[in-house]
Amino acid sequence: MYVYDEFDRAFLAERVAEFRDQVARRLSGALSEDEFKPLRLMNGVYLQLHAYMLRVAIPYGTLSSDQLRRLAYVARTYDRGYGHFTTRQNIQFNWIKLEDLPDAMAALAEVGVHGIQTSGNCIRNVTTDQWAGATPQEFDDPRIWAEILRQYSTLHPEFTYLPRKFKIAITAAPKDRAATKVHDVGLRLHRNEAGELGFEVLVGGGLGRTPFVGKSVRAFLPARHLLSYIEAIMRVYNQYGRRDNIYKARIKILVHEIGAEAFAKAVEAEWEAIRDGALHLSDEIIADIRSRFLYPDFTPRADPPAALVAALEDPAFADWHRNSVHPHKVPGYAIVTVSLKAIGAPPGDATADQMDVVAALADDFGWREIRVGHEQNLCLPNVAQEDLPAIWRRLEAAGLATPNVNHISDIIACPGLDYCALANARAIPVAQEIAKRFKDLDRSRAIGRLHVNISGCINACGHHHVGHIGILGVEKNGQEFYQITLGGRADEHAQLGTLLGPAVSYEQVPGLIEDVVDTYMELRADPQELFIDTVARLGVEPFKERVYAAH
Amino acid sequence: MRLIENGKPVEDRFVRVSDDEALPEGAAVLIGIERFLKDAEALRERPAPVGVIWPNSRPIAEIEPYLGRIALIALNFPSFRDGRAYSQARLLRERLGWTGPLRAVGNVLRDQFLLMQRSGFDQIEVSKAADADAFDEAVHRYTVFYQPATDRRPSLLRQRLGRSAPGVGE
Amino acid sequence: MASPQQQKLKVNGPVAVTANRLTDGAVVWRTAQEGWSPNLADAVIVTTADQAIALLASAQKRDTDAVGAYVAPVVIEADGAIAPGNLRERIRVAGPTFELPH
Repeated sequence: MYVYDEFDRAFLAERVAEFRDQVARRLSGALSEDEFKPLRLMNGVYLQLHAYMLRVAIPYGTLSSDQLRRLAYVARTYDRGYGHFTTRQNIQFNWIKLEDLPDAMAALAEVGVHGIQTSGNCIRNVTTDQWAGATPQEFDDPRIWAEILRQYSTLHPEFTYLPRKFKIAITAAPKDRAATKVHDVGLRLHRNEAGELGFEVLVGGGLGRTPFVGKSVRAFLPARHLLSYIEAIMRVYNQYGRRDNIYKARIKILVHEIGAEAFAKAVEAEWEAIRDGALHLSDEIIADIRSRFLYPDFTPRADPPAALVAALEDPAFADWHRNSVHPHKVPGYAIVTVSLKAIGAPPGDATADQMDVVAALADDFGWREIRVGHEQNLCLPNVAQEDLPAIWRRLEAAGLATPNVNHISDIIACPGLDYCALANARAIPVAQEIAKRFKDLDRSRAIGRLHVNISGCINACGHHHVGHIGILGVEKNGQEFYQITLGGRADEHAQLGTLLGPAVSYEQVPGLIEDVVDTYMELRADPQELFIDTVARLGVEPFKERVYAAH
Repeated sequence: MRLIENGKPVEDRFVRVSDDEALPEGAAVLIGIERFLKDAEALRERPAPVGVIWPNSRPIAEIEPYLGRIALIALNFPSFRDGRAYSQARLLRERLGWTGPLRAVGNVLRDQFLLMQRSGFDQIEVSKAADADAFDEAVHRYTVFYQPATDRRPSLLRQRLGRSAPGVGE
Repeated sequence: MASPQQQKLKVNGPVAVTANRLTDGAVVWRTAQEGWSPNLADAVIVTTADQAIALLASAQKRDTDAVGAYVAPVVIEADGAIAPGNLRERIRVAGPTFELPH
């Protein structure tokens, strides 16, 4: 865990005081809605269909048990007893009142949690791998660098009114769990031939109405130059990004219009002028941030321990174990994914009681640490394998042990038309119905890894372009219709899905998805060939023929 | 409009003159870039100070040849949501070495004062009287600054050095 | 996407003006008394674009009670009751279309 110190606490208290003053000025009429809106957005406050929504950042996806319990408290006290985890390591409360928001934020600030820069045209919450610091695959803990960026970007005087929002993601593992190629800036931490730590820098990725996979503008940036290079990118974007059209204001459009090479050249020129200035990260500074991350005192243990081997005799536990437990860097430990995708429940939602259960598990077995991943599940990153049976029993009792991680029912979905003021169509009930169709565990296990992503509008909060199966809700003559894409992926081989065919109605979607899956089961070369690989091998045509013949 | 300079309300000694108006004799004037460039030679002979409103759309580096002849630079915020002038201000101060007065004009509101001050503006032309009255409060809202900017406050990354991390060794 | 606030005003049936209450974001409807009510039954119903524009203009005069006002379709049922005119408005009145977590 990174531990906030008195500076961070003072800052958060000052921010809450400022927001309290802004809310008071809004309620008194001293601030108009037009003036207030960007201020509330920069504190994560939206106005949705039914109420205000508060989006709270979970920086680089890391939460302490005390922080998670406080989120549960806010859900109970100021909302309707639940929260929604998003694809960008945030949590959203859907029913909060403007007049209560300063108090809710003060309650969060006490444990170092806030909604700062979770919206607005600024640098948003920096996201990373939810397995950071625990997976054996990584070159360094990416959260060190995410934290440096968090500090750098917080209330940045120059970059608080950018042309549009700006999202940065970091991966430190070759296996990209942070979707870095579809971010405004994606950072891939690795070591060069000399063993030096640095970043490959990708710019201009993103989804929305004009999706792009990010382009590499620098193969290796020594880590000590991270901030100066980011500042150079931001400065070029802030001056030259389009401001005449909100739909063309993201950095991806600038990069596309002038070309990645020209963009990189402008950045490099700016960077030359500042690289050795005040933003240079000395070894001392990096070591200081590193020292603020506290790690569990791991003692290697038996791997696997006898207790685990015995427990695996229970088929229900074995199902969950096979699906939800991943290798840890230390022998005898494990990473546990906690599914927030119970069959028939809204994807990514957790009740206050469930949050408390997970917080207690983190206290009892996981060094008080919880993670949130972009797949809208939680994670206990550091647990001893011998504790897995006890953890499973408690998760199971709380409805948190559905063994469907990475299965077709582990669906990413935005809030859609049921909550969101921007949406054109519903997403959550579509996900619920698809999950129900595939609730049979044998069937879903036989299908294997398959990511379904659903967005209720072109803004693509459900990342539909990069779902193995992507579903986009659109509106035609007042009716909900859905476009289906196949073959998208968000990982290190990121690519955008290909449109399957004409949009279908709300009622037709689950059946169509079943047809797509049945087609895959027939066409796959062998049971080891994943859905995404079959689509890559055959293209969408065979799917299209089969699916539209049936409908 | 109220003008604040280095935190204090001041009288504006510059007269803003549009492109087709005659320049008032002997007065300090603030003019647009088109006129400044067109009349560059004539203005050079003028005994009174000349200030320039530099547009957001023109790279700020292009102002460099004229810096010696300018008494005031004004940067525009067409909307408070348009942040191009923050980058222009920092470049003027940190790259081009401008030490003269730098004024924020346009849709300038209280909630942006601190950002402007940190980016190098020393003059702020405030749209609302109530905001001008709240200037001091607005720029002292925060005691913690995470990143270095034109105001040369040390970044928190540096300020923390030498202090022990909380929780370590407990 | 194009939220109702951004759309061009087309009126081909009964409409009301709706917004969200400033203090808590609750869905409210413009009333005949130039106020706001959380009950759709209290809404002023108009049927022409001119009337709708006038009603909207009056609703937008001050933004300290309700924000984001726009014209929304309604339907008048056989018994004279007012009902929301499309799915979005039905969801705004009745809440999400699935069971909320509890």
